[in-house]
Amino acid sequence: MANKVIYAVYEDPEQLKDGARKLVSNGVKVKDTWSPFPIHGIDPIIGIKRTRLAIAAFMFGITGTSLALLGMWYMNIFDWPMNIGGKPSQALYKNLPAFIPVTFEFTVLCAAHGMAITYMIRNKTLPGMPARNPDPRSTDDKFIIEVRTADNHGHSAEAITSLLRETPVFEINERQY
Amino acid sequence: MHSEAAIREPLILGHKTYHDITQDIVGPIENKAPRGWYVLTTIAAIIALYGVGCIMYLLSKGIGTWGLNKSVDWAWDITNFVWWVGIGHAGTLISAVLLLFRQKWRMAVNRSAEAMTIFAVIMAGTFPLIHMGRLWVGYWVFPLPNQYGSLWTNFNSPLLWDVFAISTYFSVSLVFWYIGLIPDFATIRDKVTKPGMKKFYSILSFGWSGNAKAWTRFEEVSLVLAGVATPLVFSVHSVVSMDFATSIIPGWHTTIFPPYFVSGAVFSGFAMVQTLLLVMRKVMKLEAYITIKHVEYMNIVIIVTGSIVGVAYITELFISWYSGVEYESYAFINRATGPYWWAYWSMMTCNVISPQIFWFRKLRRNLAFTFFMSIIVNIGMWFERFVIIVTSLHRDYLPSSWNMFHPTWMDVGTFLGTIGIFFTLYLLFARYFPVLALNEVKSILKVSGESYKNEAAKHQHH
Repeated sequence: MANKVIYAVYEDPEQLKDGARKLVSNGVKVKDTWSPFPIHGIDPIIGIKRTRLAIAAFMFGITGTSLALLGMWYMNIFDWPMNIGGKPSQALYKNLPAFIPVTFEFTVLCAAHGMAITYMIRNKTLPGMPARNPDPRSTDDKFIIEVRTADNHGHSAEAITSLLRETPVFEINERQY
Repeated sequence: MHSEAAIREPLILGHKTYHDITQDIVGPIENKAPRGWYVLTTIAAIIALYGVGCIMYLLSKGIGTWGLNKSVDWAWDITNFVWWVGIGHAGTLISAVLLLFRQKWRMAVNRSAEAMTIFAVIMAGTFPLIHMGRLWVGYWVFPLPNQYGSLWTNFNSPLLWDVFAISTYFSVSLVFWYIGLIPDFATIRDKVTKPGMKKFYSILSFGWSGNAKAWTRFEEVSLVLAGVATPLVFSVHSVVSMDFATSIIPGWHTTIFPPYFVSGAVFSGFAMVQTLLLVMRKVMKLEAYITIKHVEYMNIVIIVTGSIVGVAYITELFISWYSGVEYESYAFINRATGPYWWAYWSMMTCNVISPQIFWFRKLRRNLAFTFFMSIIVNIGMWFERFVIIVTSLHRDYLPSSWNMFHPTWMDVGTFLGTIGIFFTLYLLFARYFPVLALNEVKSILKVSGESYKNEAAKHQHH
């Protein structure tokens, strides 16, 4: 039997959530959903784990803090200490108040850009990447559930479709892959 | 589903569907631009080219072509820099601070406000660079290994803090803006039919597909970026103010500067947002999305920040007397009654007195009046920086070197030029980019849309 992918198209995010709940409670695994904006509350229904991007951002941030302090210590204290206006640069802790603004800015710089780059890579949204949404309407006004028969050996395509028919679905498309 | 109190005014007027929102925003991009757009862009581009010409002349002849003299060695250049950075504060404030406070009205204005921020910061950055005289060694502001030792940059200097603050602010705002734009570019990509445009927007959309996990990550990134951008907004203008506050010039050496500059920046930034949006909502027919309520919200921000600025001016005045430092007192007496009294009183009128008119509900919901006020506030904020900078410098400790500042046509040309470049960039943005955050506006449609709210209210009465 050829593997099939079923796309259930909804017109409202709440209806899509009802559809997804129905499938999941009947033991059907939902592969993914496609929508023009975030559907709040869909993640626990279809079993998507929380993203760890915030942890990554924190890591990038503290890396930035350390790099900034290390760099300023090396440049202004260790390598070439300057005496400007009778205020010599002698030790990191003495200069620390003056180093706070750059430390802060560099922390933010590293956290924001590190997180943004990680986000782009994880989402596979990079320059030149092809679009993978199954239907161009999913970025406009349609909300789509994707179910694959390969993930659901206990259910036939017909059974899944008839489950979906019980929800306010707008249309159902099937494709071989 | 989360529902909103019926007493709140709807944020999207009329009966819109998700598709209508796409159509209203992508339609103008697909269709031919109205004639007005060509007229405005031509005017802006001519002024921009004039400005580029002035900058070229300035770079080839030197800073002597500006009206600077021995006493007033900072004038319009730094005034324009601070003015533009200030304008550049509204965008990130709207998109980051208001995101943390869950203000839904931000969704209709954040995209264009952020675009404005980015263009304004570019204009701001131009001034220190061209003031260097040798633009091609501008990279010396960064701590790079070099042939002189290495002779490093001085991290104790507020001017260097500013380099870090402005470059971080610019690049983080740009990334924040672009991350929000990616899903909307995907919407345009999937909607347009002309092959050239499809290609263009599929490159810009980075292959965005909008699956569930991507949206989870999108929301997480938006939240965390808003979290780090919020202190960034406040730090940038604080650092700009420290360029002055850490010096020992009477009139600059005040601890009140950081909060005073930040609220002034938000004040002028919102005024510029009003100037741009009031025109844009009319020309691009966005009245259903940028409603009178949105304008009113922004006018409330203008009253609050304008009042903070007013209190700061008066505090500064009081402290100059209370401190007992006669140089400090003189600096302020000279501001109000000296040869630059007209600049001081323009500033006071435009920034302190005029925003108080917005206490009248009728006036803060009046679009023509708001537009007029937004121009007044921007003029006032330019004068604020001029007053702080020039009046503090022009009479220093030695009366023999007391002097006035007379702008040359180069001062005027570079300033006008940046306004031209700014408007050219903004008009290009309005023509080719989604001017509303489509994905965000759609997400509040069924909660804050007028027809949906009416529907929900009807059900409650049964």
